[in-house]
Amino acid sequence: MSGDATNERSGRQSEERAQPPAEQARNGARPENMNDGTAAPMLSARDLAVQFTAPGGRVARAVDGVNLDLRPGEILALAGESGCGKTTLARTLLGLERPTAGTVSYGGSALRYSTKALKRYRRAVQLVLQDPTGALNPRHTVYDAVAEGLRIHRVHDNERDRVADALSRAGLRPPEKFFLTYPHELSGGQRQRVVIAGALVLEPQIIIADEPVASLDASVRGEILALIMRLRDELGLAAIVVTHDLGLAWNIADRIAVMYLGRIVEEGPVDRVLTEPRHPYTRALVSVLPNSPVPEPVVLSGEPPDATEVPGGCRFHPRCQVLASGLAEQAGVADACRRTDLPVLSAETRRPPDTAGDPGQSAAGDTGSRVACHYAHATTASPA
Amino acid sequence: MTPVLEIDDLRITYRGSRGEIPAVRGISLRLEPGDTLGLAGESGCGKSTVAGAVLRLLPVGTDVTGRIVLDGEDVLAMSFGRLRAVRWAGASIVFQGAMHSLNPVQRIARQIAEPIVLHEGLSADAAEKRAVELMSQVGLPAWRARSYPHQLSGGQRQRVMIAMALACSPKLIIADEATTALDVMIQAQVLTLIKKLVAERNIALIMISHDLSVLADTCARLAVMYAGKLVEQGPSNEVFADARHPYARALSAAFPTVGDPAERRNPHGLAGDPPDPSALPTGCSFHPRCPVAMNECATATVELRRAREDWQAACLRVEEVA
Repeated sequence: MSGDATNERSGRQSEERAQPPAEQARNGARPENMNDGTAAPMLSARDLAVQFTAPGGRVARAVDGVNLDLRPGEILALAGESGCGKTTLARTLLGLERPTAGTVSYGGSALRYSTKALKRYRRAVQLVLQDPTGALNPRHTVYDAVAEGLRIHRVHDNERDRVADALSRAGLRPPEKFFLTYPHELSGGQRQRVVIAGALVLEPQIIIADEPVASLDASVRGEILALIMRLRDELGLAAIVVTHDLGLAWNIADRIAVMYLGRIVEEGPVDRVLTEPRHPYTRALVSVLPNSPVPEPVVLSGEPPDATEVPGGCRFHPRCQVLASGLAEQAGVADACRRTDLPVLSAETRRPPDTAGDPGQSAAGDTGSRVACHYAHATTASPA
Repeated sequence: MTPVLEIDDLRITYRGSRGEIPAVRGISLRLEPGDTLGLAGESGCGKSTVAGAVLRLLPVGTDVTGRIVLDGEDVLAMSFGRLRAVRWAGASIVFQGAMHSLNPVQRIARQIAEPIVLHEGLSADAAEKRAVELMSQVGLPAWRARSYPHQLSGGQRQRVMIAMALACSPKLIIADEATTALDVMIQAQVLTLIKKLVAERNIALIMISHDLSVLADTCARLAVMYAGKLVEQGPSNEVFADARHPYARALSAAFPTVGDPAERRNPHGLAGDPPDPSALPTGCSFHPRCPVAMNECATATVELRRAREDWQAACLRVEEVA
């Protein structure tokens, strides 16, 4: 692996950053309780809903009740199929969409949607786009592309140093060599690094990356993922990575939230959710991976339904293999699956498992994985 | 048994405004009926060029040498009329972007029926009836027959492409990144379908992708290309788990096995960028990015050499790479 971690951290940055996550991370063995709820969340969503009116007056419930917390230095994967609302959720967290209901809060205070407040917010929370070729202006040099954010935010001191620093953190070294190049002269991986440098130059606290490696070649993929991890380790940068690729989550994320039709259906530590998925939908997604930890492949039939027609009851029930196989019937929850909508999963609150009243919220003891499924609740609520 | 496809020392050079670009530099492959081969590599390695060459779909003026024998016939020597007969009926290709391969203003049953009418001389009505049968085989409901492409989802459109590819019972199907743009679950549906149809009909399959894990799951054999050459060829599971060529190793490590603790929080990448085909490195073209390169790699000509029975890799360190 190239892109060796430089230790030339600038004093400007290292002084401001929170140290503890970075220190722990560098030791390799990251304790499971790193984000054990002691740190206050930096970014939170509460009862978030975003609706769009489709032509013809139909209403698409793109995000339909989401609670989510991101803690300092944490990498959270937001996974699901196309159309599940993960990109809309990410855009809403960035303030690019205004929620129909619910709130996004950053640093404990609710996001305000005035132009000025949003501008300040976006300095701290930066977006990294999927397709670096589309994200870069072909007529701007790498220097201009990276400096653009500084100019928008009127940061005029040390522009050259800041750009050079961002480029070298993004793994483009020596940075001066890239100043005057144009996007077409770079490879796909290098372009993605330029896009990341453009986000880093404003010294954000959080980056939100939408499918950061989907358009990249296989061998470059790992390099960009390693970069995202290194940024967390060196700068304490928290990240939300939107992806349909569970392998990516396994590679870099601490926690994963799996979305289906606008809701989070399962959420918890990656090690737990991907090796012992509890929601039938997560289970199916994991089961079709090559060499999957779930033994029997479950290939769901049909397409994910449309957000303008969210099924009643559990929204997954028309495709649910547990309901179809009769297991839900045996557990006595089949009726609930068809008729009773599940409560929106609350954001992570690490209560002691025994005192939790709601079986769904912490039924699996200390795992911290939470699931919105009648069957999972029924089968784990009464521990032996 | 006659092989369905035999490619011998295929070399393909594109001629463009920037001079000659060698895209494929001496490739040999052989497929018997029922064989499934996964062809892997990064963008620009020449894998799609190989696919295009099999049905002579490359731009006019492209230099193609070597031999491509499809079901006993030399493709490069075919008359244009014969070539048209062979496309669809002898071999068919499923491309990645189904949206761009379908006619947006024609109902899908008509589109599936078109090659049947042309190749088997059935009436339009009879051919549409066959088209509807094919649609049910690929899991599309019959009422979709009268839909237009834009009314279908991406997965459904890809199924239409597969139904078309099967329409004239070809002996060979080439799937060029046919599932790459699809969601995981839809991809699993389409792959299951392809596996089943190939096994039932004893069709030979070449599947092209950059995702080694998908190929290893679907195909019996894997061939990995780098800079226009095969660098490794062998049984899928073995190559995926324990590739002999450092590039093939990097490619299989790029897609982690979920659940494998060794790959948790440990993404593997490969430094450097794919070489520019018009300015290839000397010696082994992988040596500038190779983690285990030796001095002689910069100068030696490295051809495929035997790694094990039925398994070859083009690496000087084929015995020791680990």
